[in-house]
Amino acid sequence: MLLKIENLHVKYGNVEALHGIDISVEQGEIVTILGANGAGKSTTLMAISGLVKVSEGSILFDGEPLNKLPAHDIVARGVAQAPEGRRVFGTLTVRENLNLGAYTSNDQQKISQNLDWVFELFPRLKERRNQMAGTLSGGEQQMLAVGRALMGNPRILLLDEPSLGLAPLLVKTIFDTVRQINQAGVTVVLVEQNARAALKLADRGYVMEVGHIVLKDSAANLLANPDVQSAYLGGRG
Amino acid sequence: MEFFFQQLTNGLAVGGIYALIALGYTMVYGVLKLINFAHGDLFMIGAYLGLTLLTALGLADHLSPFGVIALLAVMVLALVAILGVVLERVAYRPLRQAHRLSAVVSALGASIFFQNIVMLIYGAKFHVYPHDLMPRTVVHIFGMPVPLIRILILLASVVMMVGLYTFIQRTKVGTAIRAAAIDQGAARLMGINVDRVIALVFVIGPALGGVAGLMVGIYYGQINFTMGWIYGLKAFTAAILGGIGNIPGAMVGGLLLGLIEAFAAAYLSIAWKDAFAFCVLILILIVRPTGLLGERVAEKV
Repeated sequence: MLLKIENLHVKYGNVEALHGIDISVEQGEIVTILGANGAGKSTTLMAISGLVKVSEGSILFDGEPLNKLPAHDIVARGVAQAPEGRRVFGTLTVRENLNLGAYTSNDQQKISQNLDWVFELFPRLKERRNQMAGTLSGGEQQMLAVGRALMGNPRILLLDEPSLGLAPLLVKTIFDTVRQINQAGVTVVLVEQNARAALKLADRGYVMEVGHIVLKDSAANLLANPDVQSAYLGGRG
Repeated sequence: MEFFFQQLTNGLAVGGIYALIALGYTMVYGVLKLINFAHGDLFMIGAYLGLTLLTALGLADHLSPFGVIALLAVMVLALVAILGVVLERVAYRPLRQAHRLSAVVSALGASIFFQNIVMLIYGAKFHVYPHDLMPRTVVHIFGMPVPLIRILILLASVVMMVGLYTFIQRTKVGTAIRAAAIDQGAARLMGINVDRVIALVFVIGPALGGVAGLMVGIYYGQINFTMGWIYGLKAFTAAILGGIGNIPGAMVGGLLLGLIEAFAAAYLSIAWKDAFAFCVLILILIVRPTGLLGERVAEKV
């Protein structure tokens, strides 16, 4: 078990956003977390990355608890995230953004290998490497956010809504790339509202509703599940 | 022509000092979105520390004037940097999650604290740097006499600014500072220890401010425990003029404000010197609130 979340509670002030969820991710899997706005998907990822405080429960990564570590130590252990809304550093160049993705690494050879890999996955980033990230299109910024997360050589990649606001063709490109990344040995946790695309890509899925996990199953079973179909796949699948 | 040249060099020297102080305001604002109102007082403490070290250690007996000043600068830089880090720890870090206004009030409190502690230790009177610290050397540029000290101050501030700019633009840690200024959360997702970045900003800013204090002591000879207020306001104006949060902006703003002040004082009226500086502040806030080099706020998707 690479990632094991048990009874995770997160509070924003007095409001509890996660009411004790359990998620487990095996090495090499793609696991998707589905759910509507406000279900707690992003909060779950932010809790894993250490950006929101865990009020109860535990997050084990490779057997080690993450929830007491500061965010920068979590990244150093191989947990990378491409956050919701991309959050690229707009006034820095593409190249500088990518370098920051490798901030915790001092192995220059490994960094340049990763850079080559990222440029191979996203040739567009190579063309634009000296451009300010803020001048990229939405799709390119998403590529940069994913590429940046890969620069640190992560063992697990957390992707928060990579398809948000992108044209369908671009969504397909991004999802194909996520498959390639996974085939290269990176475990992926994918949070999505685009449930159909996510389930086609993933091995297993969890469905969240207002801070609870309400369903967990293989991706194929979730795709065939009538409840999931009507709630998240727009009627008959 | 010579009169003009004197104003030009004087304006540049004073502008360099403003720029050094302005950098502290702008860097802290960039990362914390906080105007560190105690920054002017750290500058003032730099001036007092310089004087105290100079007299207490009797440096002038053993070293050449330039050796004395270089050594003083290094010591003041280090001590004020430590003070800056302590200030952040004590007055700002506990309020990191609080409302922004709380930190501003804390900054004003720290400012009052620093002024009063210096007044208690040194008294409320003006203190004077020894007149013989620097030989009154005059060099000739294009045939016009300029005091050497003026050139040295301008050179030293330019060297420090270029050094800082290179550090911020070219190094990994410098890039981390810029990233933390844009989006702290995303910076943390990169594995950047944002607390350490903030501490570093409170090393660099106060260090430069402290050296600027030493420069004022050497240049004007007179220091007072309230001097941080007016210099702080001027440097704050310079930071706004260049675009708050923008490092090259603070440098340009500082030099420009120094020049404006020097020329306005010389050709219009010296009594209105400070008024001109603050007219600049008001004008820029009306006409171009983002400052000369201020970027448009990066769009958040």
